[in-house]
Amino acid sequence: MNEKQMRKNRWQTTFFFIVIIIITYLSAAITNFHFIDSVKTIPKAFEWILSNLIVSMESLEKLPQILDKLGETVFMSIAATTLAAVVSLFLAIMGSKTTKVNNFFSAIARLIASFSRNIPVVAWSLILLISFGQNSLTGFLALFVGTVGFLTRAFIESVDEANQSSVEALTATGATYFHMISKAVLPQSLPQMLSWILFMIETNIRSATLVGILTGTGIGYMFDLYYKTMNYNLVALITLTIIITVILIELASNKIRRVIL
Amino acid sequence: MEMAKELNTALVKRKKNGKINIKSGNKIDKVVNWTIWILGILTILAFFFFDYTGLNLERAITGTFHNLKVMFLEPTLNHFSWGEAFYQVGITLGLGVLATILGAIIAFFLALMAAENLSKPWLSRSVRVVVALIRAVPTVLWVLIFAIAAGLGSEAAVLGMLFHSVAYLVKAFSESFEEIDPGIIEALRATGSKWWHIVVKGVLPSTFTYLLSWTFLRFEINFSVAVAMGAAAGAGGIGFELFMASGFYFDLREVGFITYAILIIAIILELVSTRLKNRYFPSSAQTV
Repeated sequence: MNEKQMRKNRWQTTFFFIVIIIITYLSAAITNFHFIDSVKTIPKAFEWILSNLIVSMESLEKLPQILDKLGETVFMSIAATTLAAVVSLFLAIMGSKTTKVNNFFSAIARLIASFSRNIPVVAWSLILLISFGQNSLTGFLALFVGTVGFLTRAFIESVDEANQSSVEALTATGATYFHMISKAVLPQSLPQMLSWILFMIETNIRSATLVGILTGTGIGYMFDLYYKTMNYNLVALITLTIIITVILIELASNKIRRVIL
Repeated sequence: MEMAKELNTALVKRKKNGKINIKSGNKIDKVVNWTIWILGILTILAFFFFDYTGLNLERAITGTFHNLKVMFLEPTLNHFSWGEAFYQVGITLGLGVLATILGAIIAFFLALMAAENLSKPWLSRSVRVVVALIRAVPTVLWVLIFAIAAGLGSEAAVLGMLFHSVAYLVKAFSESFEEIDPGIIEALRATGSKWWHIVVKGVLPSTFTYLLSWTFLRFEINFSVAVAMGAAAGAGGIGFELFMASGFYFDLREVGFITYAILIIAIILELVSTRLKNRYFPSSAQTV
């Protein structure tokens, strides 16, 4: 690297940082965000959390009800992820370069995935809420649709990564298309796909809380209810149960991932 | 002869009855199968635990298709103007930008503490534990909790979104730091450089592009998080308009318009981040 180039690089870096600062400033202006005020609120917020978000003995009485709703949320996210994975598998096989039937179906599969992934889960849950009403199926479907989009993209990548030569070898022996998929493509990409499914279950449990607040189901609804009635002891208990659940699921899936990958 | 016997026991796996095991007792396959079975059973069980109050499946499905048709084929604006729509999208993007940039700055320092080659083992481990705890609380809960202390508004939203951005970026950044050539650090250390010199002259130049790409990837996520926070935590922006249009005005045409606006921006962000991924992380595009 000669001196001229170094000077040019330095200019580029400076220019880049100026652009970033301008963008940040504009964002702060449009959203009415004050840096100093927000820094000041952090200690205040933690003080508030430490003095108010405490699990009290009487709030523990509600624990069975909370666990019931939490269970519903966990089941909702697992079911949404697993069923979405089945649909995504077909879409991914249709969409992948290695296994596509023809370009038309491949394009359709990618289009469906892109459409369902880029409309946020919030939009899906609000749209579904209008006609499905306030029950578990609304949240389930919202998570399902978002997960299909994400998993299809991930699965397409996994299938594309599968070794091309084993596909070729099987095709050369006269194997049918389905043999080729089930004996060459799937065994190679299955561990990777499973890892994605586990990742999506973790993500969906967190999103399920959000979807629950919007659609009035599961643990999200419980949280919203006690949050709005300012029963902060129960809010603390609900948050704590969510943390424990998410960490347990993360630990379990990390363990599985360590074996299969 | 004895050699051959030893070799034999080492190489050939036998079943309990002495037959040679043809399927190489693969632990991976076993775990994969078990996981799939368990997930399948839990999925079937899930439908028995759902709460189906007030559900009329037939009407719901036809209703949804009708709604989708109205939304996507006849989008219009009724309650606000085009200018207002751009302004609201701007607010959502602004929330995303602030959470991402502030998150990246904080995450940079925490990642230095979390990277095993730049920090002490106890420090690295404790940062990782704290990050895991932060990640376990959903973003919306962070925002709502901050809303009590800071009041509803952009401060609470940005601070709440900051937590997950920091957690995500600390993981990504510290992994990038750990991948750098140990020779660079060693060479600088040999010249007697201080820790801070190693970071500025060795670590930063060799990982800068990765850090930027990760930051942009997080911005893509933060945009949809900002939409969600607008809807669920009243943080303003296009998400809040979406919530009002669907929950208060029941105006499907406006919901359609807003959904299109979100969709267009999300697709643009996705295109940019896919290009970034292919350019900078061709092999590890999926480490999330």
